[in-house]
Amino acid sequence: MSGSTPTNDGAAGVPLGEAELPRAGGPLTGEPAPREGEEFPPTRSGVFLKELLRGSAVTTFLAIVLAMIVGGILIAVTNKDVQAASSYFFARPGDTLVAIWQGVYNGYEALFRGAVFNARGADFAAQIRPLTNSLGFATPLIAAGLGVALAFRAGLFNIGARGQMLVGAIFAGLFAFNLDLPMWLHLPLTLLAGIVGGALWGGLVGLLKAKTGAHEVILTIMLNYVALSLVSWMVRTPELLQKAGSNQPISAPTPETAQYPSLFGPQFPLLNWGFPVVVVTTLIVWWLIERSSLGFRMRAVGENPHAARAAGISVQRMYIYAMLFAGGLAGLAAMSQILGSVTSGFDSGIDAGIGFDAITVALLGRSRAWGTFWAGLLFGALKAGSFTMQAAQGIPVDIVLVVQSLIVLFIAAPPLIRAVFFLPKDESELSTRGKARAARRTARSEEKAVAS
Amino acid sequence: MTALAPRTAGDGTIQLATVRTRNYKLAISLAIATVLLGLLFLVAPRSGVSIFQIGSSSTALKVADIQVPSGSTAWITWALLLVLTVLAALDAWTYRKARLWVPIVYALLAVFAFLTWAAAGGGVVPVSGLLAGALSLSVPLVFGALGGVIGERGGVVNVAIEGQFLLGAFSAAVLASITHNPFVGLIGAMVGGVLVSFLLGAFGIKYLVDQVIVGVVLNVLVTGLTGFLYGVLLAPNEALLNSPPTFPRWKIPLLGDIPVIGPVFFNQTFIVYLMYVTVAVVAWALYRTRWGLRLRSVGEHPQAADTVGIRVNTTRFWNVSLAGAIAGIGGAYFTLVSVPHFTKEMTAGVGSLAMACGIFGR
Repeated sequence: MSGSTPTNDGAAGVPLGEAELPRAGGPLTGEPAPREGEEFPPTRSGVFLKELLRGSAVTTFLAIVLAMIVGGILIAVTNKDVQAASSYFFARPGDTLVAIWQGVYNGYEALFRGAVFNARGADFAAQIRPLTNSLGFATPLIAAGLGVALAFRAGLFNIGARGQMLVGAIFAGLFAFNLDLPMWLHLPLTLLAGIVGGALWGGLVGLLKAKTGAHEVILTIMLNYVALSLVSWMVRTPELLQKAGSNQPISAPTPETAQYPSLFGPQFPLLNWGFPVVVVTTLIVWWLIERSSLGFRMRAVGENPHAARAAGISVQRMYIYAMLFAGGLAGLAAMSQILGSVTSGFDSGIDAGIGFDAITVALLGRSRAWGTFWAGLLFGALKAGSFTMQAAQGIPVDIVLVVQSLIVLFIAAPPLIRAVFFLPKDESELSTRGKARAARRTARSEEKAVAS
Repeated sequence: MTALAPRTAGDGTIQLATVRTRNYKLAISLAIATVLLGLLFLVAPRSGVSIFQIGSSSTALKVADIQVPSGSTAWITWALLLVLTVLAALDAWTYRKARLWVPIVYALLAVFAFLTWAAAGGGVVPVSGLLAGALSLSVPLVFGALGGVIGERGGVVNVAIEGQFLLGAFSAAVLASITHNPFVGLIGAMVGGVLVSFLLGAFGIKYLVDQVIVGVVLNVLVTGLTGFLYGVLLAPNEALLNSPPTFPRWKIPLLGDIPVIGPVFFNQTFIVYLMYVTVAVVAWALYRTRWGLRLRSVGEHPQAADTVGIRVNTTRFWNVSLAGAIAGIGGAYFTLVSVPHFTKEMTAGVGSLAMACGIFGR
């Protein structure tokens, strides 16, 4: 498996061609000039994706470090002991520093303890349980992240993973929950129902974009609301999804035969067969994007729809396919929720923010299948650890959102990372800065000439 | 859609024909709505009377409630809707551009018909209350959409409206609680919105990251940040940091006494009046001032603007900051008017609705 890391993808013999292309040299405004007769000038997303793909593993690592540092500052500033010690900072600065170190260390130690390895566990199973929890949390994130990443590669910004997950859950609930089948048939059928539901909801976006030119960002945002209201209504309606004989707005629980069985036994409650399913899915998505002809066409559309059209690729059809796949993957994420994590019945909150986290996962994974996989693992670990962090240190789980979004922001802006860590600038930066300085110098000398 | 092919005249010259298109979009939408309403009335017929309560207890002038027979009124209004639909279809058939009043009148009549049906059997429709509710829901949307429009005109897609709302609401709550003055909170909200805009500008304009992505990520960042600060700062000190005073209602002397719309539109808080002023000023300034011209030029053709000496990036940066300030006011509405209390994720998707409003209103 040579392509098992995001950095190896290029080496695995995928001539993506970015390296050979001349750098997208924007004019002074940083926006490529719109050419004649073009409805859509090449957007910044094209430049952004190139930047994203070009960025190295070093930038990724440093972005994570920097985001953790900012998170540490937040923890330190809001820490009670630090605040107490800082009131006499000038008398004994050492106290403040110790308090800062203690606060931040305890916080991140709790994060590690909740996410990877708990050295305080009684036996090996208890010690390793956090790691399996992380994998469990990562499962839906990876699936939904793959959906967003796949759409990204086709040039589509899919914010609708949330709605697609919800509709996936609706389909599973409507068509698969009330069946009475043996597990080997029931589980795949439920999975299929969920994937089809998500795919239809996503495909609708692709269809509308292809046929009417509507913007997919608006479409997906609005369809999220539609799906949310749809679930809220259905779990209140007894004939549809509401649990029989209950007034609560919640669906019937997932039937036993449709649930993912546990992977290593009941001592690891969060890790189930959903994880291997997602690993296989990652492999399939990797093959689809990087190796298949369909994936090649989708990438061509994502790189430059005009060129793709000129080459005889149906841009509209690619949009529909990409959104179908993206929705299906989000549906798979929903299945990992209702067949694994939340089996007691679902409501409109079943997506648990995964739909939006998926965007950050895909961005961190640089829209590559395996990159998304590792990013999903990282975010799953952060999520698992955040609960321990809150329980042990009283640090709200929201800190993880801050760290996640900062990681993505920093990764998207490599010059910032390079500036913060005093890394060498890249050539284009140097040259633009030199040009700007030269321009300023001539302007100044001209001004002088005019003045004299 | 009809397209006439170029004809070759007798002398061999080619005469180009004008291509005219029939635009059925409006007619189709109206037809769908009409059919749906008709089906609703047909499948679930309701009888009795519907009462429209026009006045409210606070106005000086009392207006009697209007009683209408539900069934017949609903069907008569429906017939009018049908006429409007046919009119729209005729317009489209004769290549005419859709008339603006048709959808507006249609929408009003359709809402009336639906309310008549819904309130059948002696139900009361509080017209003033409905309008007031609509207004209070729309205030943050209007501010957010204005922020979006200013960004859009300047060539920056402002997706971070949600984040600007949330940070605005947060800082408004904290500052107003500390100073016991809602106006300080309002300024704080603007600063909060501007801070989010600074980040959007720094990443979207300076580092050329896709603005939509920066916006989405910033929304997550602000959600996390306010949630975190709420957990560690606000929740333990509710009384000190999270009990902002609300804006009082001010009644405008004469306008506030108009029967139906008076109490709805002119007995409101400072932020609502500020909204009227802001909308008017922005609408005027976008097209009538040097600022507006520059802003639009930077958005429509940055190269041209750059050539004539407008600093594109600087202009964009400060205008996005302005947009953030305006959206921040919308955020202040959440904590200084609606609920005098900041809660986690209290803006709950209003930001994206505002963005859609901005796009809908172009």
